[in-house]
Amino acid sequence: MDFASFLIQMLNSLQYGLLLFLVASGLTLVFGIMGIINLAHGSFYMIGAYLAFVLTSATGSLFLAILLGIPLTFIVGAFLEWALFSHLYKREHLEQVLLTYGLILIFEELRSLLVGDEVHGVDIPAIFSASIPLSDVLSYPVYRLVISGVCIVLAVALYFVIQRTRLGMMIRAGNHDRTMVEALGININMIYRVVFALGFALAALAGMLAAPISSVFPNMGSHVLIISFVIVVIGGIGSVWGALIAALVIGFADTFGKVLMPDYAGMVVYLVMAVVLLWRPEGILKKG
Amino acid sequence: MGHHLNKAFKFGVGMALSAGLVCNASADDKIKVGFMLPYTGTYAALGNAITNGFKQYVAEQGGKLGGREIEYFTVDDESDPAKATENANKLVKRDKVDLLVGTVHSGVALAMAKVARESKTLLIVPNAGADEITGPLCAPNVFRSSFTNWQPAYAMGKVAAQKGYKKVVTLTWKYAAGLQSIEGFKEAFEQSGGKVVKDMTLPFPNVEFQPFLTEIASLKPDAVFVFFAGAGAAKFVKDYAAAGLNKTVPLLGSGFLTDGNLDAMGDSGKSLQTTLHYADGLDNKKDQAFRLTYAKTYKMQPDVYAVQGYDAAQLYSAGLKAAGGDAGKQAEVIKGMEAAKIDSPRGAFTLSKAHNPVQDIYLREVQGGQNKVIGIPTKALADPARGCKL
Repeated sequence: MDFASFLIQMLNSLQYGLLLFLVASGLTLVFGIMGIINLAHGSFYMIGAYLAFVLTSATGSLFLAILLGIPLTFIVGAFLEWALFSHLYKREHLEQVLLTYGLILIFEELRSLLVGDEVHGVDIPAIFSASIPLSDVLSYPVYRLVISGVCIVLAVALYFVIQRTRLGMMIRAGNHDRTMVEALGININMIYRVVFALGFALAALAGMLAAPISSVFPNMGSHVLIISFVIVVIGGIGSVWGALIAALVIGFADTFGKVLMPDYAGMVVYLVMAVVLLWRPEGILKKG
Repeated sequence: MGHHLNKAFKFGVGMALSAGLVCNASADDKIKVGFMLPYTGTYAALGNAITNGFKQYVAEQGGKLGGREIEYFTVDDESDPAKATENANKLVKRDKVDLLVGTVHSGVALAMAKVARESKTLLIVPNAGADEITGPLCAPNVFRSSFTNWQPAYAMGKVAAQKGYKKVVTLTWKYAAGLQSIEGFKEAFEQSGGKVVKDMTLPFPNVEFQPFLTEIASLKPDAVFVFFAGAGAAKFVKDYAAAGLNKTVPLLGSGFLTDGNLDAMGDSGKSLQTTLHYADGLDNKKDQAFRLTYAKTYKMQPDVYAVQGYDAAQLYSAGLKAAGGDAGKQAEVIKGMEAAKIDSPRGAFTLSKAHNPVQDIYLREVQGGQNKVIGIPTKALADPARGCKL
């Protein structure tokens, strides 16, 4: 590998890592901070991608699709929390797993009934459709860089909300000791509803942003589910920065794994996870 | 002792009687055809297309094959190899089908072939391309109406050499269909003097292609040969175009790169060349009639999978005719199928000794959202069927 290729691979790693963070960000909130094991996170992502496809076809613009899609998924998220998840906080993890697994099946079947089983593409918005030449034969799509930018903004915003605002404090306190927070007169139910809805909207946003580069297809959520859990776990449950660092580490491991040891590329990510967890069983940045 | 003999005698009589009953039944009753295909999940559309194609041929014959009415049995295989043996046994042991038809997923098809070999049930594979089915694992009662992974890729190897490419890089998912395609391509391309300078793989179904695009850009080959299918293929083609590589390094693929996903590719797919045993715009009356009837009956356009289902029915029909409509005379049915010349929408084909189609492979180019035929690089191409002792 010459130096120029190495630099481009570094860029690939960074960009992939940031994309992974985007996908995992909703899970960081719902699983990492609220403590709900949400297997349907991948389905939320899938819903976002299909919304991007349907709304872009209807409105002709991905921006409009996203502008409509975020409030829509936020409302659906709030509804789901009210109807289903709010009954689960005081129950065991197993029941959360059963419910969210059931949701995967329901969402996939609905998707099949409403939109069908075909593979669809979503066009990259015209202003980002250019590519920047990196070498004589290779260029880099601007849209990927835009997504990276969005990821960084999201990471900073999430960190700020969780660590620096009153809402964030209440969320963290609620996760620590729900009863005590209630006793202090805080409407924890409403806070959880908002956070869950935000988590849903974030996962859907990831799906909407990724739709133009990943295509839209059945079961696409299952591809991102595992990697999202890997990132939240090795980042340290409850830590936004941890998840960001973990996503970048996985991005590098996956990219260079594919190039340097292609025969073991499928294992590299999980090897990294094993090593990190041996070294720090609670993840890279565990919050107390 | 006497008691035992008595019991054995009764058992023997019972067997003889039931065998007699089976014989009678097979002369009068309907012929039982069992579809074991994916009707849910990613491959559901393929399973339905195969079923539609099969039923279309039967309907064209007035609902009969070899003069006998057909009764269908259906099992959804869910493309799950873990359930394959159990599912195949449902049709073979419970429904006692005369013909087993399936399936799309190679792993499931391999398990079906095993059940078919052990139970001596006639099997026609209407899609799965695993070389082994008509290679080392071939059997007298196992047929295929589709292709081997080797076939279209081999044809593309020839095309690449004819185009004057010397240095080619390959890329695929690391699973049987991909690796067998790469082998087929390499065989033809290197025989004709080309050189595959690097084989790259990524785990299935990973679709993060950027590291490989960077590798391709630094290796600067004359062309790239890939095997991808479905949504992953659409993403690869788009990424390849977005990286600007399509301007300098031509992309070649085994047919499935551009089947059923052209809409998703959009402009990125324009003028991509692939090889397959079927194409749009064939100059062939049979195909035109087939497409018209299919579109009328099912309110959608047929694809290569529908053709393979249609030909599975044609193949079985030829066997039944040779056996005078008696599905029980399996040896004669098999002889009839082996000798058949199938008038397929893809163009006429015969079967190799290993029971795989000996067929033309078309070179196709993506034009206006279709895979238009632009040439026939290999006529009557037979899979080498390495390891088959038939």
